[in-house]
Amino acid sequence: MLKLVVVNLFRNPLRTFLTMASVAVALFLFCALGGILDTLQEAIKVGSESRLVTRNKISLVQWLPMAYQQRIAAVPGVKRVAVQQWFGGQDPADTKGFFAQFAVDDTWYGIYGKDFELAEASPAESPGAIPDGADPRLAAYFQEQTACVVGQKLMLKKGWKLGQTITLAGTIFPGSWPFTIRAVYHAKKKSFGDETLFFHYKYLNEKGLGGFGAVGTYVLELNDPSQASAITHAIDSQFENAAPATLTETEQAFQAGFVSMYGNIPFVLRVIGLAIVFSILLIAANTMMTSIRERTSEVGVLKTLGFTDGAVFGMVVTEAAVITLGGGLLGALGAKLLVSGASMPGGFFPPMSVYWGTVLTGIAIAVAIGAVSGLVPAVQASRLRIVDALRRVE
Amino acid sequence: MASVDVRNVVKVYRRQTEELRVLDGLTLAIPDGSFVALMGPSGSGKTTLLNLIGGVDQPTSGDLEVDGTNIARMNGAALARWRSRSIGYVFQLYNLIPVLTAQENVELPLLLVRMSAAERRKRAQTALGLVGLGDRLKHYPRQLSGGQEQRVAIARAIVSDPKVLLADEPTGDLDRKSAEEVLTLLERLNREFKKTIVMVTHDPHAAERATKQYHLDKGVLSN
Amino acid sequence: MAIPFVYNLRSVTNRPVSTATTAIGIGLTVSIFIGALALAAGFRASLVTTGSPDNAIVLRKGADSEISSGVTLDQVNILKADPAVAVGPDGRPRASAEMVIVVNKERLGQKGSSNVLLRGVDVAAADLRGGITLVAGRMFTPGTDEVIVAKRIAGRFANCNVGDRLRFEQRDFTVVGQFTAKGSAFESEIWGDAAVLMPALHREGYFQTFVFRMKDPSNFDRIKKALETDPRLQVQVQHERSFYAQQSEAFTVLITVIGTFITAIMAVGAVFGAANTMYATIGARTREIAMLSVLGFGSFSIFVAFVVESVIVAVIGGVVGCVLALPMNGITSSTTNFQSFSEMAFQFRITPQILLIGIAFAAVLGLVGGFFPALQASQQKLTRSLRA
Repeated sequence: MLKLVVVNLFRNPLRTFLTMASVAVALFLFCALGGILDTLQEAIKVGSESRLVTRNKISLVQWLPMAYQQRIAAVPGVKRVAVQQWFGGQDPADTKGFFAQFAVDDTWYGIYGKDFELAEASPAESPGAIPDGADPRLAAYFQEQTACVVGQKLMLKKGWKLGQTITLAGTIFPGSWPFTIRAVYHAKKKSFGDETLFFHYKYLNEKGLGGFGAVGTYVLELNDPSQASAITHAIDSQFENAAPATLTETEQAFQAGFVSMYGNIPFVLRVIGLAIVFSILLIAANTMMTSIRERTSEVGVLKTLGFTDGAVFGMVVTEAAVITLGGGLLGALGAKLLVSGASMPGGFFPPMSVYWGTVLTGIAIAVAIGAVSGLVPAVQASRLRIVDALRRVE
Repeated sequence: MASVDVRNVVKVYRRQTEELRVLDGLTLAIPDGSFVALMGPSGSGKTTLLNLIGGVDQPTSGDLEVDGTNIARMNGAALARWRSRSIGYVFQLYNLIPVLTAQENVELPLLLVRMSAAERRKRAQTALGLVGLGDRLKHYPRQLSGGQEQRVAIARAIVSDPKVLLADEPTGDLDRKSAEEVLTLLERLNREFKKTIVMVTHDPHAAERATKQYHLDKGVLSN
Repeated sequence: MAIPFVYNLRSVTNRPVSTATTAIGIGLTVSIFIGALALAAGFRASLVTTGSPDNAIVLRKGADSEISSGVTLDQVNILKADPAVAVGPDGRPRASAEMVIVVNKERLGQKGSSNVLLRGVDVAAADLRGGITLVAGRMFTPGTDEVIVAKRIAGRFANCNVGDRLRFEQRDFTVVGQFTAKGSAFESEIWGDAAVLMPALHREGYFQTFVFRMKDPSNFDRIKKALETDPRLQVQVQHERSFYAQQSEAFTVLITVIGTFITAIMAVGAVFGAANTMYATIGARTREIAMLSVLGFGSFSIFVAFVVESVIVAVIGGVVGCVLALPMNGITSSTTNFQSFSEMAFQFRITPQILLIGIAFAAVLGLVGGFFPALQASQQKLTRSLRA
């Protein structure tokens, strides 16, 4: 019986191809949009549970004083406190090509060291002290104030080389900023991203802040992640009545804050996803019905040969499901292949993911739709009396 | 009126590697104003011959003159133009466009000729009146019986005043009574209006109404 | 030599289910297309109408948004005294030195928080920037901790009604009014007196923006050059209008790109669907087509007729798409404009022009989808299709 289904599919290859292609296209889109949603989810997952972020309570745009670092580090349960400052520079040769840059202090490498590994590093000229937790190959970087560490993908995109000195134009911190690339990293955790540039906070403080020591965010590592909410409370209450007040949250919540800036875009994407699913249903149903109508007399012949109503029903539904399965596989897997790893617009997000869950959901929807859309013609075909079928001449 | 002159016509169909000689040097002269029936078993080539006369198909070799015009070597576009002016065709089934009314169906051939809309309407109405369906102008084919549909088809076939009327099994799908109506109409067109009619048919009753009968078997003609 | 239009029109209505499904498929694609256009138009509209054509805006050199700019009090004083600045009837320069920061506030009714733009202005700003109209309450009194909130965002954050208190950095500010601003970017902002806000937020002596009315707007290029080359200043000068228009660029481009991507893919699917439908109907009408050919209608006429039929179905779909999209019009949405790092509220804007583009787009889909099927119809072999 399966053989008959296959033969029927090849009977009008153009139509089968077109239907499969429409389903594939619709499913590709469904999974790509799902991928955006998945990526937003992934972005929230960047955070480890044992890290917190402290910023000015008013907004990220306001500063925290350098003096807070010691005071936060003194809170029981806090293992390390590092400085992380958004730089916001641009490559003068490509102002539209957005990428992130952060000014970080030495402690930062102890906190984030495990999230990435070095692909390349300049050799150090002389042995020097490496901060706790940092990769020893970063020696050259730690010895040079204007050195920087760049993500592998960014290096490729820009065509930079290890040891090269690049210049960025500052927007928040005006002026021309030369940086020498002393190491290239590759993210071990996908969500860390391979397209960021890290440099010394000292450099930023001297050249951009006049030694003023203002900080955008502190990143904290905790001894015991389960203490997170207690420590959050301890820190914020310490500065509650000070100026400036702080707001501490888990790294996940901090990332989620960026995601939520997109407003109700996820909702819009889900609506579009629904619209797409609906249109697939229509296309598949239409094709099935048309093709069954054309083969009415054959259905009659099959029945005279002894195929039961149930068998005919099953065949039609199967045929519909196979077409949509084929299209679904193509589209969903195509989305996974092509979309994964691409950069998400907005720049704050890790490279795009399309979860296998999304792919499987997509395929399942396609098959279900196929089966459902085959229902009406299947019922019609199974109910058709032989006499009527043979009489109808198209 | 016209005469149809078929001279040494050969029609070969090629199917992959096989060659099928449907007509092999057929010669036939149909005088002006005659009503001819072509009979023969399935596959004898009678429909093929009809199609050749009607300019729907072209011979592999040989000549074909309809009212002095040799259509054997005309190209597609010219042939289409010639058809619209010179031939009226009636088929066994599905002559009419289902989404057009009887009148609109009959007007169709007139769209290919320079004519005002009013003139077209008048001619269509006249033709329909002639076949006895003047009261069914606005009916759709699904609202007409088989016999009525065929009569509309005949009206359409004559509306542009063609030289030759070709009919391919016009009564094949009709019941006795409707077949009668159609055949009577054809007879009248031939007798009163002097139309040359070539009719392919299985039905001996139908063939009897013609003034001359030919038998075609494996592409060979006999009386 | 043309096949009557009614033939194709009625054939379309003769197969209602097939036409409906294809039309809806195309309709959905058109709706999304219109949605994306409307979103971009709405967003662009709010920024394009911001500001006055006679105003110039001064930011620090190299800054790409107001937030990342910095202008000191000394520089402001130099600018205020510049002869290019128009002077009001009261003798004061028509200028506003402004503090621009964002404050992170929890959204009402929606998860998460947003960065709302807080603008500390000179009392002249409302008049200078034009279009500010109080729709509830009154203007804030200079020198006090009173603020006004744009009506458009008032509903989305807590404590934004007249009489409520907003807390920034240990100080309470009272909302004394709500305003509209002709649909411009200012409708996503909170305004207060710079002289009060700046010390409260530790920004004494450090403004972000300086806006002024040009005494002679036709002189803009010279004014720009003079200020930008002044060694005391280190600034960039732009037309107020162009600056805000350009702030919307990145987002508009983003929406357009994403919208185009989604629409393009759906369009491919819709075209396949349209082609499929046409192949099916042409397959079922082999005899009719043969009939037309026998009667003498040439292949070109047949080709055109079926392309037209496909376009008819598509245009029906286009109209369906427009109807589906219309409820979107006027819906207020907001998102973060990453360029200015602040929340931007805007309305979906569906113009008649956009609707027409939608229908034209549908027609193109019909044309492309119908092309090959129509070609097949026109090339149909007569003899084979006439065989009983």
